[in-house]
Amino acid sequence: MAHDRRDHDEKAADTSGISRRGFISRVGAGAAVVAVASKASAESAKPTETMQATELSRITLTVNGQQRQVLVEPRWTLSHVLREELGLTGTKVGCERGECGACTVLIDGKPRYSCMTLAVEAQDADIVTVEGLMDGEDLGPTQEAFVEKDAFQCGYCTSGQILAVEGMLGDNPNPSLDEIRIGVSGNLCRCGAYVHIFQAAQRAAELKQGVGGES
Amino acid sequence: MIPEFNYVRAQSLTEAQQQLSTDGARVCAGGSDLLGCLRDEVFDCSKVVSVTGLDELRGITRSRDGGVNIGALTTIAELAANSTVQELYPGLAQAAAEVASPQLRNQGTIGGNICQKPRCWYYRGEFECLRKGGDTCYAMAGENQYHCILGGYRCYIVHPSDTAPALLALNASVQIAGPRGERVVPIEDFHVAPRDDVQRETVLEDNEIVVAISIPQPASGLRSSYRKVRARGSWDFALAGVALALAFDADRVTGGRVVLSGAAPIPWRSREVENTIIGQRIDATLAREAADAAMSEAAALKNNGYKIPLFKGVIEEQLLAIASA
Repeated sequence: MAHDRRDHDEKAADTSGISRRGFISRVGAGAAVVAVASKASAESAKPTETMQATELSRITLTVNGQQRQVLVEPRWTLSHVLREELGLTGTKVGCERGECGACTVLIDGKPRYSCMTLAVEAQDADIVTVEGLMDGEDLGPTQEAFVEKDAFQCGYCTSGQILAVEGMLGDNPNPSLDEIRIGVSGNLCRCGAYVHIFQAAQRAAELKQGVGGES
Repeated sequence: MIPEFNYVRAQSLTEAQQQLSTDGARVCAGGSDLLGCLRDEVFDCSKVVSVTGLDELRGITRSRDGGVNIGALTTIAELAANSTVQELYPGLAQAAAEVASPQLRNQGTIGGNICQKPRCWYYRGEFECLRKGGDTCYAMAGENQYHCILGGYRCYIVHPSDTAPALLALNASVQIAGPRGERVVPIEDFHVAPRDDVQRETVLEDNEIVVAISIPQPASGLRSSYRKVRARGSWDFALAGVALALAFDADRVTGGRVVLSGAAPIPWRSREVENTIIGQRIDATLAREAADAAMSEAAALKNNGYKIPLFKGVIEEQLLAIASA
């Protein structure tokens, strides 16, 4: 099984131009988005209209502000394409049935489950993954708030939680505690770090409004 | 991995209908229910016909009669946040806000929400049940704590939608486009009970698409509400819910509808409650009498008997709340 996994990683490396291990180290340095940037032509931005089941079709996705061309089957979900084709493994796959929230990304600014979205259906949208929240080499404010408030234990749900909070704050910059609870209600944390996640969401709201310092 | 399918992104409603006219084609709007069904192999699908490019099916507008017209591709989140809906039909806005999770409300559409497939775990699981063309309802003798107490007949699903009961209470209509043109079906006649056809959930033909839902102007003195009780506070389907749309003249109920969710295979209009309260002033005694009447025909399965007192409590609570609103 471990061997299969490695084979798959190497295959993914062929298509995305970056290995999983290399990718993870670059995420740590905050340079992943730049490192995997690819060239995309403007005429390919028109959504593909028909695709055959067994063929790979070229589509263009706008991910973290960059146009990315990928070859996909129509049945491939956005989470699959982000992770396995684009190497953006910050997006996690948990239940793969729209119940746990680990795969949450922003689609046109709104939190959505990328496991329940076909990649072909995301062609003309702006997609933001956790990698896209970086501010250059630094963590973005919502990421920073999760670190500051120790809002995770195992960390598997964290990127989904962060994007749920990021999307909520886009609509509502000053959420009440009840609004925060609703905002992250679509994201399970099996470690039970909810209280800290709520605090991180409040802290993220402050950081986004320029309230610095220890809280 | 989801089984293979061809994919077509329709450029017009006509093209969508043509594409849906071939065997094994399925329409995709938000896609959250479709992808779940495909992943669980609930039905075969050789072609997905996406209608998400049809922007004319989006948005909420006031209609000439003073009501609203809701495009089928309007998301549940947009419906919940719409100020006109909140003002004219608070029960519908409340129902929309109670649907699933924020992520699914951002994805799911109102057209898809009223056309959802049932959540029965035998139907979704690896069982060739009656609804999937088999000869057995596994829920009858199996694990049936979330199944129906009213309207069951050979199949004991509950209808999973929160918005459909609110729309039925508000006397909404469904606009449907098909190869022979448009037709309008009152939402009361849109869902199909198992007694009429155990393999259908709606009256839609394979090549028909819901294009909009219209709600008439609220009657004078209309109040509406939606209450949903669920096993998990964060998000879940309804164990028991009640949608009210009642017209009041001072404190007397002059008309309206009462619809239960989580009770039956279709959104369940409770004429027993309506007949008990219309023409009356709602007080504690009448609310209890109406709640008892609502459950007079209820029949529990082995594990869902708790729903009967739960419904009685919710109905009584909501009638008293709307009377003093």
